[in-house]
Amino acid sequence: MSIHVSRPLLSLPGPAFAGALALLSFFLHEPARAQPADMARRAAPCMACHGEQGRAAPDGYYPRIAGKPAGYLYNQLVNFRDGRRQQYPLMIYMVQHLSDEYLMQMAEFFAAQDVPYPAPQPADASPAALEHGRRLVLHGDPARKIPACAACHGERLTGVAPAVPGLLGLPRDYIAGQFGSWRNGSRRAHAPDCMAQIAQQMTPEDVSAAATWLSTQTVPADAKPATGFAAPLPLACGSVGQ
Amino acid sequence: MKRALSIAAAVIVLALAIVAWLGLREDASHPASASPEPAAQLVERGAYLARAGNCMGCHTARGGQPYAGGRAIVTPFGTIYASNLTPDKETGIGDWSADDFWRALHNGKGKDGTLLYPAFPFPNYSKITRADADALYAYLRSVEPVRRINRDPELEFPFNQRWLLVGWRALYFRPEVYRPDAAQDAQWNRGAYLVQGLGHCSACHTARNVLGAQSEGLDGGIIPMLNWYATSLTGEHGARAWQTQHLVEFMKTGVSAEGAASGPMAEVVRESLQYLSDADLNAMAAYIKSLPQDTHRAEAQTAPGPEHDAMLKLGANLYEKHCVDCHKADGSGDPPNFPPLAGNRALQVPLPVNPIRLLLHGGYPASTEGNPYPYGMPPFGNLLSDEEAAAVLTYVRNAWGNRASAVTSEQINQLRPVMVD
Repeated sequence: MSIHVSRPLLSLPGPAFAGALALLSFFLHEPARAQPADMARRAAPCMACHGEQGRAAPDGYYPRIAGKPAGYLYNQLVNFRDGRRQQYPLMIYMVQHLSDEYLMQMAEFFAAQDVPYPAPQPADASPAALEHGRRLVLHGDPARKIPACAACHGERLTGVAPAVPGLLGLPRDYIAGQFGSWRNGSRRAHAPDCMAQIAQQMTPEDVSAAATWLSTQTVPADAKPATGFAAPLPLACGSVGQ
Repeated sequence: MKRALSIAAAVIVLALAIVAWLGLREDASHPASASPEPAAQLVERGAYLARAGNCMGCHTARGGQPYAGGRAIVTPFGTIYASNLTPDKETGIGDWSADDFWRALHNGKGKDGTLLYPAFPFPNYSKITRADADALYAYLRSVEPVRRINRDPELEFPFNQRWLLVGWRALYFRPEVYRPDAAQDAQWNRGAYLVQGLGHCSACHTARNVLGAQSEGLDGGIIPMLNWYATSLTGEHGARAWQTQHLVEFMKTGVSAEGAASGPMAEVVRESLQYLSDADLNAMAAYIKSLPQDTHRAEAQTAPGPEHDAMLKLGANLYEKHCVDCHKADGSGDPPNFPPLAGNRALQVPLPVNPIRLLLHGGYPASTEGNPYPYGMPPFGNLLSDEEAAAVLTYVRNAWGNRASAVTSEQINQLRPVMVD
């Protein structure tokens, strides 16, 4: 078996800001990378927890990775490997010996998986809490410096390629869990770490309301990430590489 | 009486003097050579040697700047933080001379004479030649200086008393450059030099005593705190029994027809061994293959008796359900991507920590130049109960002519937490 794959031009670990630049360069300079043969089988260990094709497992915690933007998935894999995400030791364990290039191949493989979403979770909150969640997601709370989720994650909340993930079709507990990790520093990203800043502004009630509302939304039939931002981002994000 | 007391006092003073001499002595017989090598070539050779010694492995924190130190080395005595090796003047080794560097490598002492803890494998590095040490020094002068202040060790009493290292050194350390064995050829001697010295294979592949000193030989042992079994390189389950070609492929690519590198060894392949020349890898393999077969560890493996029949049946069913796709009904696998289980020596070791961890937590071998997109083992920890995991491991350890002790559900349970060092 011989597959020619060009090597990445930059090695990623280094000063924090370099990460975003490197991600960008990956997309700008590496258009012709061939996917290694048999990628589904190579990525099979991921599916033990994240479900077939990365569609998420029925237990409601391991998130769906199918169809998420490749740059987002790649950033997470590298963040696990390089110690910025410390929430899930098993993830660090799985990716710790893998190259940037292979992690990008895995990210692209799962980004390309197009599998149906499960039905939304039943709403388990008061109408007032749901309304609070809806407002935060769609409009934010400018008085408290909380931007709308939709400002970065796309008007349809299906994400923006290459690096901003969609927020629909995720379990409430998973979303709420990430806010806890951003607050206590066990989930970090390349600086400036926008989600960590936003998480500091939000109360547990805010997080619960937004996560609940998001998890009860039906995913649109075409849930592909948007291709660009409608307006400038409300704050700088190191992982986005604008 | 008075006379007896003064004799006793004299004996004690003499004994202390001997210990102090043994523990503090330095081998001063290797002055810096006026190197004939051009500077660029020296640096390049040093870069290669730094790979061979995997200096970066300890002296770089996860996701941190290369050689800036900070990685926690967890030992049974406490935690030691690897130091900053970059040429930063204040926090690194920027104001070290080549002699200072040699003193650390060869004599186990810091620039100011501080006795270094043997978490830094100076008993191995002492074997490095002065010329190689000078090349390493030249290379480390060339890396990007990083300001990162070294963190003091966090050791329990009495191990936090550095002066006690005088006693440790008197017992276990003698500075000495590798002496070629005239009865062996140049390849063997090169392999021995790399394995015993820079490669510091014995740091893991040898059991340590209660004071953390390595025993003789490379007959394997549990790596303290990490809870991986560094396989014997000498015993019947060891690398010695592998074909040379497989041993070289294993070191170069991380996978081979006889097994893949997992756990800390995957890191060693990724950061160090894959960069070595074929000549050096073949030399290491030749040396390892020549090691005397270790017999004292070849303890009889008691295969599970009839009381385990139900367990073996459960294990066979689980194997059929979860494992055959990759490892095949006859345990032949599809090497090098899916290792064979039939005849797999690492699977049949008396202490099955590695097979248990691989089953529960899965894992990928290293991405290497020779195997950039390795296949991996899925984690089965969520899918199998302790009893089921014990059953399937006991089954594969005793199918297709394999023979090894039964795995217990208690052993499985103890290794459930995922440990990332």
